Amino acid sequence: MITSVLLPIGLGAAATVAAMAMPPRLAMPFATMVAAAAFVLLLWAVPQVAGGAAITASFWGVPSLGITGGLSLDGLSLLFALLITGIGALVFLYAGSYLHDDPRRSRFAAIVLMFMTAMLGAVMADDVVTLFIFWELTSLASFFLVGFDHEKATARRAALQALLVTGGGGLALLAGLVLVAAAAGTTAISGIIAAREAVLAAPAAEAAMILVIIGCFAKSAQVPLHFWLPNAMAAPTPVSAYLHSATMVKLGVYLLARLNPVYLEHDLWQGVLTWFGLATALTGAFLALRETDLKRVLAYTTVTGLGTLVMLIGIPPALSATAAIVFLLVHAFYKAALFLVAGIVDHETGMRDASALGGLARVMPITALGAVLAALSMAGLPPFVGFVAKELVYEAKLESGDAAGLLVAGGFLVNAAMVAIAGVLSFRLFFARPRPTPKAPHDPGWAMMTGPLVLGILGLLAGGIPSLFGSWLVNPAAAALLGESVRVDLALWHGFSPLLVLSIATVAMGVGLYLAWERLGLVLRSLRQLDRFGPARAYDRVLGALVPAAARVTGMVQHGSLRDYLRTLFLVASLGALITLAFRGGISLPSVEAGWPDPRIFVPILLIAGAVAAVLARTLIAAIMASGLVGFATAVLFLVNGAPDLAFTQFAVETLFVVILAATLVRLPLRGRLPRSPRDRWIDASIAGCAGGAMTLLLLAVLATPFDPRLSVWFGAESVPAAHGRNVVNVILVDFRALDTLGEITVLALAAIAVLAVLRSIRGETRA
Amino acid sequence: MEIAVALATGIVTGCSVYLVLSRHLIRVAIGFVLFSTAANIAIFLSGRLGPMAPPVVEAGAGALAADAANPLPQALVLTAIVIGFGLVAFTLVLLLKGFIRLGTVDADDLRETDRPDNAPAAVRPAEPRREAA
Repeated sequence: MITSVLLPIGLGAAATVAAMAMPPRLAMPFATMVAAAAFVLLLWAVPQVAGGAAITASFWGVPSLGITGGLSLDGLSLLFALLITGIGALVFLYAGSYLHDDPRRSRFAAIVLMFMTAMLGAVMADDVVTLFIFWELTSLASFFLVGFDHEKATARRAALQALLVTGGGGLALLAGLVLVAAAAGTTAISGIIAAREAVLAAPAAEAAMILVIIGCFAKSAQVPLHFWLPNAMAAPTPVSAYLHSATMVKLGVYLLARLNPVYLEHDLWQGVLTWFGLATALTGAFLALRETDLKRVLAYTTVTGLGTLVMLIGIPPALSATAAIVFLLVHAFYKAALFLVAGIVDHETGMRDASALGGLARVMPITALGAVLAALSMAGLPPFVGFVAKELVYEAKLESGDAAGLLVAGGFLVNAAMVAIAGVLSFRLFFARPRPTPKAPHDPGWAMMTGPLVLGILGLLAGGIPSLFGSWLVNPAAAALLGESVRVDLALWHGFSPLLVLSIATVAMGVGLYLAWERLGLVLRSLRQLDRFGPARAYDRVLGALVPAAARVTGMVQHGSLRDYLRTLFLVASLGALITLAFRGGISLPSVEAGWPDPRIFVPILLIAGAVAAVLARTLIAAIMASGLVGFATAVLFLVNGAPDLAFTQFAVETLFVVILAATLVRLPLRGRLPRSPRDRWIDASIAGCAGGAMTLLLLAVLATPFDPRLSVWFGAESVPAAHGRNVVNVILVDFRALDTLGEITVLALAAIAVLAVLRSIRGETRA
Repeated sequence: MEIAVALATGIVTGCSVYLVLSRHLIRVAIGFVLFSTAANIAIFLSGRLGPMAPPVVEAGAGALAADAANPLPQALVLTAIVIGFGLVAFTLVLLLKGFIRLGTVDADDLRETDRPDNAPAAVRPAEPRREAA
């Protein structure tokens, strides 16, 4: 059964590469088949997983870093994986027609396949590192797909916004996961859940939890990070249906659910999830009523759905886990279907303004059927599974204790808004008074119709026989949320109860909102002034300030002034040496030896004289001569201290240097001094003083430590027996450090070649 | 003696840094030469001064005499001198090329070529601009 885990991922990865090289005509059918095959493979695993046994596998790992790289397919993973591959197959089928002559179909198929593979990896990962890598891959895929129409500025902007928000959240998530894994002592998610006491007792437990929540909130568009999702509707509609409603945006919900067994009794976890979830649901409902663009309406209802899911995870367990899973399933069905319908309407009529469309059922009867099926589920009417979900959600809220009243009231408003919007998307769009459209619409081909119809009928079936879905899919998934097995029997009919009353009241309120939809929209749109205080504006402000700030920092660091670079370099190096010496107690003042000074004392005096003369020289020739004096004094220093080889090399180099410099100077202007300003002179002199002082103090510190002769003695002793050479310096160079010397010869040869090349180019340039 | 050399090395270093920070590029090059000389002396000095006898094993003897100079820093400095020479030679032809191409030996003038508005259009970074929503 390991094939159910590894094969879908392997298949997806291979298909991604294959689709790229495929002619556009074949890419979509191929991708459809790959997704369908993966779906069937996963379906195979349902009986085993429903029996309570997770299927595990491993395909990579870095044991030295404690990364297990395991994969695990349990109820929750399987539910997600089935949604990813099943809806994926329908979306590919749909996209083949939607993008019918688009030459970019191969690229589209490849990116969406990559996304599908990454999603599968993310939901199957039993290792936070694996999970994180796949998580980020989905953000990348989303970036490419939102910006698919990259010639449009709005698409590019939306793509960048989606990437920055989810990617920024990803950074927070990474930090949180690292903290959690460190506290648990393992990167395996099963291990983290097993070590929940250690995770909760760690010093940074709360910080880790909040960081993980931020990452999940960014991905799942929770308030205040929800603003990127409606803008992501710049993507082609199949992408919106797939990534931005059914799958990717639920990844944050998935991870919250996955880690719920660790934190479920934590007050902060419950509070943050419940209230931010409710706030998100309300914000989404409010903004959805304001919009008229079909896709944006759907995007905001998706925000509502995601908020509801997060809230359900946060509500103390009992029924809420089951409610969350049922709602997840329901939402994926109807939202993907409605997005696909919106795509069809856009495709056929050439417009997607809900307020200007109507009566399409006459010309598009089958599309209307799909829309109505999905909308009834969205409105939560029996016998659709949406009704089961809504009842469960209400029940979970009623059981949640102190805050039940507030949660139910909020949920009531949200659900009523959903009923109204479901009405707009089905009855108004398809049955109200017909209006003129730019194109003459008709039902599209079967490929585009399959998706909405299959998803709509699934919603009906799941509502009709909820017990089947309950035992095979919902209960195993809810078990993963709680960390213990769950047995809730789902039913369509609960009898006459307060729940039913609540449901009826919701629908009544929803119908009222539907009837007032146009006027309500006008009122809400007049409140757009409030957007000034919204997070979208804050994002613009931050981004608007970031680019100039980056330019300023770059200008400061990469200023382009050679002298300032060198000043920085010398100042940092010498201050670093001085500060280290001071703090490590390395400054040692020498004791001056008494007695007659060594006659060799004239050498350092010559060195000083030459260097000072070079600085004070008024002409370049004088400076060159002074520097020659330093060179020759150095040679003498070598000569009188037992280093004749060095002395001769120094003499030779010094002579050559003067020759080359003279040859260069023939071409350069010798006259014309370039004096520095008095201020520059002070700065440079101070830096030079620091550098000189650091050098002297460093050398004195070296001299104050006892000399360790081991290496020198070893070379002296081994020179004759090991290398048969009596000149120890030569033996070191050509025997003991022969490879180093070879490297140095290479450097010198390269320098010679480079000099030659530059000289040749100069010759060419001056001739031309 | 060693202390005097340490002091001299510091002064040569300071003078070389002062020269390296000049505006005239030939002075900068001279500063580099002096700086590498100072570095060589520092290595040599770290191996201690004193003995006049070169580190050569006497004919017939198996090992280096105790009063010979320290061979290790000599080996290091020998290559350093040559590499330093290579560096200076390359710096000088670059200066020459720079002068022929740009017509200046002033370090402060070189900065102009680094400004974006002086770069060829192909490498100029795009202007940051905000697009309407």
